[in-house]
Amino acid sequence: MTSVDTVQNAAQHPDDEQPWAELGLKADEYARIREILGRRPTTAELAMYSVMWSEHCSYKSSKVHLRQFGDLPKSDALLVGIGENAGVVDVGEGYAVTFKVESHNHPSYVEPYQGAATGVGGIVRDILTMGARPIAVMDSLRFGRADAPDTARVLPGVVAGVGGYGNCLGLPNIGGELLFDECYTGNPLVNALCVGVMKHDDVHLAKAEGVGNKVILFGARTGGDGIGGVSVLASETFDAEGPAKRAPAVQVGDPFTEKLLIEACLELFAQDLVTGIQDLGGAGLSCATSELASAGTGGMHVDLETVPLRDSTLTPAEILMSESQERMCAIVEPGKVEQFLAVCRKWDVRAAVIGEVTDGDRLTVDWHGERIVDVPPRTVAHEGPVYERPMQRPADLDALRADDAGKLPRPGTPAEIQAHWLAVVSSPDGADKSWVTEQYDRYVRGNTVLAQPEDAGVIRIDEDSHRGIALSLDGNARFARLDPYTGAQLNLAEAYRNVAATGATPLAVTNCLNFGSPENPEVMWQFAEAVRGLADGCRALGLPVTGGNVSLYNQTGDVAINPTPVIGVLGVHEDVRARIPSGWRTAGETVLLLGETRPEFGGSAWAGVVHGHLGGQPPAVDLAAERALAELLAALGRDGLAGSAHDLADGGLAQALTESALRYGVGARLALHGDAFTALFSESAARVVVTTTEPDRVRNIARAAGVPVTELGTTGGGSLVVDGVLELPLAELRAAWSATLPALFGGPEHGTALTVPAGTVPTS
Amino acid sequence: MRIGVITFPGSLDDVDAARAVRLAGGDPVSLWHGEHDLKDVDAVVLPGGFSYGDYLRAGAIAARSPLMQDVVAAAKGGLPVLGICNGFQVLCEAGLLPGALTRNSHLHFRNRDQLLRVERADTAWTGDYADGQEILVPVKNGEGRYVGSEADLDRLEGEGRVVFRYVGGNPNGSSRDIAGVTSENGRVVGLMPHPEHAVEDLTGPSTDGLGFFTSILKAVVAA
Repeated sequence: MTSVDTVQNAAQHPDDEQPWAELGLKADEYARIREILGRRPTTAELAMYSVMWSEHCSYKSSKVHLRQFGDLPKSDALLVGIGENAGVVDVGEGYAVTFKVESHNHPSYVEPYQGAATGVGGIVRDILTMGARPIAVMDSLRFGRADAPDTARVLPGVVAGVGGYGNCLGLPNIGGELLFDECYTGNPLVNALCVGVMKHDDVHLAKAEGVGNKVILFGARTGGDGIGGVSVLASETFDAEGPAKRAPAVQVGDPFTEKLLIEACLELFAQDLVTGIQDLGGAGLSCATSELASAGTGGMHVDLETVPLRDSTLTPAEILMSESQERMCAIVEPGKVEQFLAVCRKWDVRAAVIGEVTDGDRLTVDWHGERIVDVPPRTVAHEGPVYERPMQRPADLDALRADDAGKLPRPGTPAEIQAHWLAVVSSPDGADKSWVTEQYDRYVRGNTVLAQPEDAGVIRIDEDSHRGIALSLDGNARFARLDPYTGAQLNLAEAYRNVAATGATPLAVTNCLNFGSPENPEVMWQFAEAVRGLADGCRALGLPVTGGNVSLYNQTGDVAINPTPVIGVLGVHEDVRARIPSGWRTAGETVLLLGETRPEFGGSAWAGVVHGHLGGQPPAVDLAAERALAELLAALGRDGLAGSAHDLADGGLAQALTESALRYGVGARLALHGDAFTALFSESAARVVVTTTEPDRVRNIARAAGVPVTELGTTGGGSLVVDGVLELPLAELRAAWSATLPALFGGPEHGTALTVPAGTVPTS
Repeated sequence: MRIGVITFPGSLDDVDAARAVRLAGGDPVSLWHGEHDLKDVDAVVLPGGFSYGDYLRAGAIAARSPLMQDVVAAAKGGLPVLGICNGFQVLCEAGLLPGALTRNSHLHFRNRDQLLRVERADTAWTGDYADGQEILVPVKNGEGRYVGSEADLDRLEGEGRVVFRYVGGNPNGSSRDIAGVTSENGRVVGLMPHPEHAVEDLTGPSTDGLGFFTSILKAVVAA
């Protein structure tokens, strides 16, 4: 043990140089820390502030905009709102559901398998922390061009990581997205969603209450992984031999430990042994202790040498910063500590009392009896810097919007229409995603009613009453690039429509906002517009935002990604047996198009795939029409009038017909009214294709709801036939649709290069 | 009828196995890996999952857990045992079933709905099926490739101990399309696919898996 920078030392040597800039702090931020403490921070304090005041933890650039979500009208369904680990929604019968989506973009680029795996692990712990049993996951993935060499490096690892972790936890993966665009070449997006269920009374919050209550750290031991920039400090403070060689900045996941942690936590909750709980994610113990103390009424003291380590050479600052996975921090009454530890022992989960709740309002940390941290916790966790960053409408936006996709050359002959159709559905974005989704367990726990490739995932939450939930995750960045306000609303509308298409009633919204650098005023403008669009959209649809995540600095060099607001919508099914699937199962059903088609091609899959074009205006948003359509679909579900329902989005009617026909191999004979090209490739919003045996009843209900209905034809046969336009045998269509991803990423029957380090990862 | 379902650390499909027992009309009994207590059950199911995170080898550590010692002894005395997926791996590691499960030939985890042909309808767990019947159940694994020496596989085939074969595509490269095998006395059965995920129309690709659980209830009554 050598010179540890103590509070006393900091007071005595106020002018010691500190590496605040290397840790990412600005000069005024460092000055503010000195002002808060009335002295220079210790090395450990500096580490805590630097990481907690980072963009990732403090939301310092986004906060001023995100307030709009909190200002939405109160929703009766919202039990816990923004600010906790995840929002909680009442879904009826005493059940509460918590769900959240989070990014793990940068780690997944550096180390695809572990980055994606720990992304799943982190969001699952957020859900668990609320007191809920995690019941399903989803993933929204974006990569560079599908044929780019680096995509072949990143994608298989990410998919294996999402699957490897989620499968091993026993969580069904019920849906998500996989999209490709050049803008993600050096910055893929990996957004993971988890949903959990509990009874109302089981909701747990992250706060430290009750003087004398013990602070228990449990789960994996703390190691050197994920420390990142804090290694700057190691060289300053420690050890004559110099800094130890540190593990990489990307954390390494152990889903087996997390599975045990889940079961242990649920047993601890059930036995009422926990008064407050927080998971350890970004910023590790710094974040958990300061947030718990900040949200509580008292202070907290931690004896840092009691933290179980897997690397005994870690410095105190490193222990505070470590992002080792699979750890939780609980506040436990002294009389319940023994019982708490017994539950942990049963599940082979390591646990240690590391401190206690104190009176007063300080967070103090000792290292072998010497005080190394003494701070007001709110200043670390909740009162970080807030920036109103400059904003500027992108200079290229007018030219981009003027570049109307409606002027692109259109297919003129039936043969050309067929060629464009096949091009869209066999493009990497439109093609069959089985190569990915077969690597995910969708059956575990036995409550999966619908999973990918359905419009939304549907999970039963009560086996007796058949109550369930539906979830969809959507984010079209092409629309958002053209108009972030409208694009965010279109994404919201799509997720909302996808949930409604299963017959569910939409209830609440979460989001993951992936953008470029906030220091670029044009990116900041995109961000602000998207948040405003989403908030206005939620208001129009009557839905609360329950929480979310912001990921900034997504760019390659100076080039930002297209603004990518990924929106998750949760819906409720009173009886999941009435769910509406997306595929055609039965011949002889009437195919109806609900909603209105306009010539809208800006940002469409057709423009992108056929012409490599992104320009013009995105489709118009009509949230009143979305609402009417959703209510109509709920009614059709309730009355059992729809044999299938499939949302129209990317690729328009051509894509939807393809997917519905290929789901169970049932074709259709259809006739289009008006311009076949517009009918097939427009991406007008607020549209769904349904099939029914009772078209007259559907028409009547739709008329009452104010939703336009167009009859397209009848299901049946082994082909998709569009009168006078094309006749596509399903076998041919399937061959085109399903060949793309296996051809790009290794056919399922051909072994591909292993991206997972042998022996590190469970595989069965 | 009491059917035990063992939970090891890392078991995942234990809730599904218990549900399948219940839907078939039996009483599922939770068994804990760390206790020497079979709770007087009439049969035992080893469920799917990742016991001990598949560390060392899939099923290797669970096969040495306290309760498995009791299972091995009871199985030798005729207790019916069904191992599903990871449970099958545990049974092979425990020496109750021959062969081994290795990494899928394509190296990916694969989850799909899979046709199986029932090769033996006279084991304790397959009495409600007919010889040659095809059933549709999910398969989901990363280490499901059944392997053995040619001589051992010949012997198994000769003794009629292959209970299920993959039909319409082999999802993991298993030798001779073998999906499941049985013990000499037909009381212990292991397979990689998941019959417990095909017990309700609402959640499964079929209800073909229910037959495992109705079969065992009849087999126990008959014994």
